[in-house]
Amino acid sequence: MVNRIVTGAHYGLRDWLAQRVTAAVMAVYVSAVAGWALLQPALGYDVWTELFSGNMMRSFSLLFLLSLFYHAWIGVRDIVMDYVKPASVRLLIHVSVILALILYVIWAVQILWGL
Amino acid sequence: MVVEKDMNKTRPKHLALHKIKLPLAGYVSILHRVSGAILFLALPLLLAMLDQSLRSIETFTNLAEYLDHALVKLALIGMLWAFLHHFFAGLRYLAIDLHLLHGLSGARASSRWVLAVSLALTVVMGVKLW
Ligand code: HEM
Repeated sequence: MVNRIVTGAHYGLRDWLAQRVTAAVMAVYVSAVAGWALLQPALGYDVWTELFSGNMMRSFSLLFLLSLFYHAWIGVRDIVMDYVKPASVRLLIHVSVILALILYVIWAVQILWGL
Repeated sequence: MVVEKDMNKTRPKHLALHKIKLPLAGYVSILHRVSGAILFLALPLLLAMLDQSLRSIETFTNLAEYLDHALVKLALIGMLWAFLHHFFAGLRYLAIDLHLLHGLSGARASSRWVLAVSLALTVVMGVKLW
């Protein structure tokens, strides 16, 4: 056994943990929204926007989306590392994915707070 | 420590996909990866849908009409499967990491459940959607 500490240097264990924590956050959020949807007699524009009208729901939705983006970054990075060999192509994909995800963060804030 | 040195030397690994033959849990695993990649690629579409659904009653109605096309529905059902499979396979991994599932029999049985439940829910929700 090797003694590795999650909060220590970047062993990769930190990302592994982050991917699991973000997965748990997403699982809770998705289950809550799915449960809410099942309880609605009809799903129209009114109930839908009502759900997202409070700051609380907007904040938790943003937390969900930030978890999702971070989770997706770790996941896509792992996939790229497995299949893409040339360092230049890999770097290009990594940078594109990061930039796309940063744009999604900005977009998510705009959607949720209706800018 | 020799092991660790060798480990670092041979990383990152590059896999010869065509040579690999998988047990059931292996299919759950590769489909988890495929579904994760699909979900990532679908992100701009999903965000656009969230945007349109919340912006105004007009954009909401337009979106609903658009999503009513047969091909779009098929794509939605595909994404739905990707999400459900990724979700349940993901929960399975979390259960394994928390030592809630052990051994080969646990791995096999839970793989079967993941495949079955995500397919069944896709069918149920797909039929409702249609
Ligand atoms: C409730 C929702 C989700 C749960 C419970 C979940 C769970 C997980 C877990 C536990 C892993 C790690 C698997 C491993 O290390 O072998 C993982 C990997 C991954 N996830 Fe998710 N995930 C969720 C949503 C998403 C979403 C929405 C996306 C896409 C935007 C995504 C993309 C990925 C990718 C690309 C990987 C890497 C797969 C691989 O390395 O084979 N996940 N997920």
